[in-house]
Amino acid sequence: MAGFEDFFRWLNDHYGINFSFFYDSFDRDRLLLGIWTTVELSCLCLVLSLAIGVVGAWLQGSRFTLLRRVMQGYIQFFRNTPPLVQLTFFYFAVGGLLPRVADASGQAVPLVSSFGWAALSFSFFAGAFNVEIFRAGIEAVPRTTIEAAESLGYGRLKAYVYIVLPLAFRISLPALNNNLVNLVKTTTLAYAIGVPELLYAAAQIWSEQFNVWEMMNVLLVTYVALVGVLVWGMARCERALRIPGYDT
Amino acid sequence: MLKSVIATVLGIAAALGIFASPTQAQDTLAKIKAKGVVVVGIKNDYKPWGFLDPTGKVVGMEIDLAQEVGQKLGVKVELLPVIAANRMEFLNQGRIDLIIATMGDTPERRKVVGMVEPNYYAGGTNVLALKSAGLKRWKDLAGKKVCAVQGAYYNRRVTQLYSPELVVFPAVPDALNALQGGNCVAFLFDNTLIESTLAGGDAKWAAYEMPLVSEDPQNWAIGIRLADLDSPFGAMMKALSVEWHKTGKLIELEKKWGIKPNPFLTAMHEKYKGS
Repeated sequence: MAGFEDFFRWLNDHYGINFSFFYDSFDRDRLLLGIWTTVELSCLCLVLSLAIGVVGAWLQGSRFTLLRRVMQGYIQFFRNTPPLVQLTFFYFAVGGLLPRVADASGQAVPLVSSFGWAALSFSFFAGAFNVEIFRAGIEAVPRTTIEAAESLGYGRLKAYVYIVLPLAFRISLPALNNNLVNLVKTTTLAYAIGVPELLYAAAQIWSEQFNVWEMMNVLLVTYVALVGVLVWGMARCERALRIPGYDT
Repeated sequence: MLKSVIATVLGIAAALGIFASPTQAQDTLAKIKAKGVVVVGIKNDYKPWGFLDPTGKVVGMEIDLAQEVGQKLGVKVELLPVIAANRMEFLNQGRIDLIIATMGDTPERRKVVGMVEPNYYAGGTNVLALKSAGLKRWKDLAGKKVCAVQGAYYNRRVTQLYSPELVVFPAVPDALNALQGGNCVAFLFDNTLIESTLAGGDAKWAAYEMPLVSEDPQNWAIGIRLADLDSPFGAMMKALSVEWHKTGKLIELEKKWGIKPNPFLTAMHEKYKGS
């Protein structure tokens, strides 16, 4: 282990190639926390945005005009504004209006932390796209299939859960892939409100060690790897869900 | 197939700037004079060193210094706002010719940029916090959320010594907003900026104070490219800095911008007065 650290120290001293996080435990902890925070934030947003997408697409087909209008408003708002603007709006504008709560040490702290705002805001942002992606999938389910379900006595909710959604989900998967990959990359914006994710950690390190070139490469490689894992998982999911003979 | 793969890899490498060579050492003084303009990296969020006046113009003590440099060179001054995290890159890439942006003179930074001596100012580290937060000693920050600004030299030192949970923002206004929103108990910064923020008399800072003893005194320096340090440009900047101390120019500007008299400037004036 010591030899490993010495190698990177030597690399820095002799060639000016400074991967400080390999020999400086302070930088290493920061970078690991950054990777962990990015993974945590991404997973949370993936799950939340999928839930929003599924429920939202169902509400979009609701019989109540008001519900449909509210859904439409939500989609328009979150799809038509930049995610960075939404994030800073939530954190600085909305966050300041919410009541404070006392934390363990008795200090009054905001109700929602910066991590919480990032998770909420990115989920709503990606969720708005997911609603539309699922809607496209739902509309591709043949009308006759739904009629067949109705004739078997399925109500609207039951037909949605058991017949429409499973088919629509398969049709939506390629577009969903795209959106979820974008979501993982969008988490870098949390940097603007001080969430210690990967870009934040890298920026802290390079502004102290001046190893911008090295950290940029580390960032690129790490994101390629993270998104690679997601794409691989989604591709497996797509294959596992394939219905023989239902290829469109 | 193989050929196209190699071509692609080379193309990406070139696009990423892997083949780009660092800026060559050149006679910056002659270049500035030929262009007729000197580009200075300054702060625009750091009252009263560099900030926006109500008409949107950048003004402040460091802007005055930049104008002095322009006058000395007999060229126009172009101001480019920078932040702590990008100013050294801008300088080394050649986007700016010098940095006058509240830059602390540290040994690590000296490896990357040339620091003009003598230093033109000195600050320390302190925090801005609500009076009701009841901070007394630096140790009180342990485990608490403390807002800070990216790229500041004291972030690491304070984290290692007193282990607060730092929440670091890209710029000063963001961090101050977060402090006012209650997202952190204190704002870690230069005592000079905190003093001038509090002295500004703005009602929104009435409930705030600078509760700790300023630590880690740090000199500020004008930054130029390392290659320029021993060139005519570097020599001129050093002479100019000596002149500012000798004539009391810095003390005069400090008074003009309502900054609390700094013992560092008085001592430097005494030192160079007779020379």
